[in-house]
Amino acid sequence: MAGCRGVRVALQITCVNDAMFPDTGKAVVRLLRRLGVEVDFPRAQTCCGQPMVNTGYLDEAVPVVRRFVDAFAGYDAIVTPSGSCAGSARHQHSIVAERAGDPALAAAVAETGPRTYELSEFLVDVLGVTDVGAYFPHRTTYHPTCHSLRMLGVGDRPTRLLEAVRGIELVDLPHASECCGFGGTFALKNADTSIAMGADKARHVRDTGAEVLVAGDNSCLMHVGGMLSRQRAGVRVMHLAEVLASTEEDEG
Amino acid sequence: MTGTFVGMPAFPTAARQALGDTQLRRNLAHATHVIRDKRAKVVAEVEDWEELRLAGAGVKEAALRDLATHLETLEASLVRAGATVHWARDAEEACAIVAEVTKAHGVDEVVKVKSMATAEIGLNEALEAEGIAAWETDLAELIVQLGDDLPSHILVPAIHRNRAEIREIFLRRMGDVGRPAPADLTDEPAVLAAAARAHLREKFLRARVAVSGANFAVADTGTLVVVESEGNGRMCLTLPEVLISVVGIEKVVATWADLDPLLRLLPRSSTGERMNPYTSTWSGVTPGDGPQEVHVVLLDNGRTRALADDVGRQALRCIRCSACLNVCPVYERVGGHAYGSVYPGPIGAILNPLLHGVSDEQTASLPYASSLCGACFEVCPVRIDIPSVLVDQRAAVVDYHRADRVPKAEAVAMKAASWAFSDSRRLRTAERASGLAGRVLGRFSRTTLPGGRAAAGRLPGPAAGWTGARDLPAPPEESFRDWWDRTDGGRDGGAR
Repeated sequence: MAGCRGVRVALQITCVNDAMFPDTGKAVVRLLRRLGVEVDFPRAQTCCGQPMVNTGYLDEAVPVVRRFVDAFAGYDAIVTPSGSCAGSARHQHSIVAERAGDPALAAAVAETGPRTYELSEFLVDVLGVTDVGAYFPHRTTYHPTCHSLRMLGVGDRPTRLLEAVRGIELVDLPHASECCGFGGTFALKNADTSIAMGADKARHVRDTGAEVLVAGDNSCLMHVGGMLSRQRAGVRVMHLAEVLASTEEDEG
Repeated sequence: MTGTFVGMPAFPTAARQALGDTQLRRNLAHATHVIRDKRAKVVAEVEDWEELRLAGAGVKEAALRDLATHLETLEASLVRAGATVHWARDAEEACAIVAEVTKAHGVDEVVKVKSMATAEIGLNEALEAEGIAAWETDLAELIVQLGDDLPSHILVPAIHRNRAEIREIFLRRMGDVGRPAPADLTDEPAVLAAAARAHLREKFLRARVAVSGANFAVADTGTLVVVESEGNGRMCLTLPEVLISVVGIEKVVATWADLDPLLRLLPRSSTGERMNPYTSTWSGVTPGDGPQEVHVVLLDNGRTRALADDVGRQALRCIRCSACLNVCPVYERVGGHAYGSVYPGPIGAILNPLLHGVSDEQTASLPYASSLCGACFEVCPVRIDIPSVLVDQRAAVVDYHRADRVPKAEAVAMKAASWAFSDSRRLRTAERASGLAGRVLGRFSRTTLPGGRAAAGRLPGPAAGWTGARDLPAPPEESFRDWWDRTDGGRDGGAR
């Protein structure tokens, strides 16, 4: 952890986490603090702008991206428990800035984008840890969300972190790399197709016999979890951060 | 003889109908997974696949950058070799040229090599209107044509059909248009193929005019290239007296050397083969050997429109391998018909709006027919960043409607979200309202998620799209940012 002394780390809590899954944010705080990282939560932050960008509302995304880069200016690292939002900051903000024809915004985006890390990237690449001292004695399966898998290329970082968790029984998810069908507004605009995809994902999860489904994006978990719940499958969904933050105390 | 995509409903409606067809879903899931696995296996054999992809993308990109020059070179080379070159701005012009050449030879039928360009322009229907029968000779195209059906895949147009259905189509229809299927026809693949072979042989030997497309066109030598698996294409390219090739202008590459990466990328991406079984090349007329009259129709039909699009231009690199269809989770569930075009799947979702614009509702629905999972980009042999183009085309759809007198509910919602997300105090106000809704819901909800959290079951109104099949967690009473303020970021003992 010596690597982080004097380093200014900001927590980016996605709009979905903030309003719907605050426990994920709390888990990140607990986890990072346990690892000796002092994190700031810049109060001016709101959202990465992805809901607008991915639906085609690029003009509407401009003030949101501006807010993002203003709120996180000056931090050495920005950590977010979302592959999707990290992907947006790294790959989509420049598109929005270019469309706005604003060189100052483009310059700010070029500053913040590369310094935005999805949680598992930050832990493995920046902190250099895979064993975060977690304890989670449950049969667990992991779904790699599309944006963390393909837009960011987090590879096996999340599974390396999970494998190091004490007590965990990690089981492979069949067809893991296939999309769960959430896709932001896709889940509403093409609800039937989204549901068909989610139903298959839920079936694969059930096939593993896992008690817990883990992923690095709450939006995907909200979709698959909502499906599993409707099916009364008895499978709990949890964000990667919550599993990594768990200790023996929590289980006791 | 085949139907047409004209009048297809927008994607969500067409998809809903397709999703209800359980046989279709079984056929598709099986077929796409088989091809997907084959592709993955043979691609993994190539050590420098990524370099090969870059080379393929580079060749196509370079050809597009200087398209006008290459096309002029191609025309000159073809004319030198004895071919007649025609230029067609759109589908109508292209179809008229083919009909005119055919009629000049006094025939009422042509045999066809499987070609996406001729399907795109609706050539068979246009020829039929002129009293000319166009016989498809590719096995899958034949199945589609005999079944009065529409293609649903670029490589395997009859992917939505299983063996039993194909047997039934052959028995019912072959006799109406030529040699009938044998009465003892079974649904064994080899038996079905033999029936098609006998049926088609009669047409190959009779037809005096053939129509093809081309996978590639080499500018400096004036060479057209068709790659295929069955050999029926080669029959059409060599037996008839007259050959008419309809070629999209984006098919041109500068030199023979440019074919190298493309001919290595295509079969592995497409059929999962290391090399395609038949590669035929031709250039003009060779006296006494093969077609003695060769016409090449260079087709625009929206391609210069796509070329003018900074982001979308890369879609013209497409070599029609259909790898993106086979890995697409959306295509796998709904099949090709839902896209309302001969170009279905992820590439169709960008190519159709790029070629035709987004003014009609059906085309405008296509860029949204994706969860943006990115699997298509991962497999594309010429590195077309389909997810980025999809987002850009969504922006084109939104921009097209910016001046609407009555904005869509979605546009109003996005503007509201943009306003709320532009200022953290506004966001906090919105979240407190959601927390209040959560408290109310928490009190009345009968649904509990594993882990103990209250959830909403079926809700009316706009939420029904979500809660029809999925429970929705009740919003928590306190947002993260309110928790942070209340507990000083968890420092005063409220870490959970």
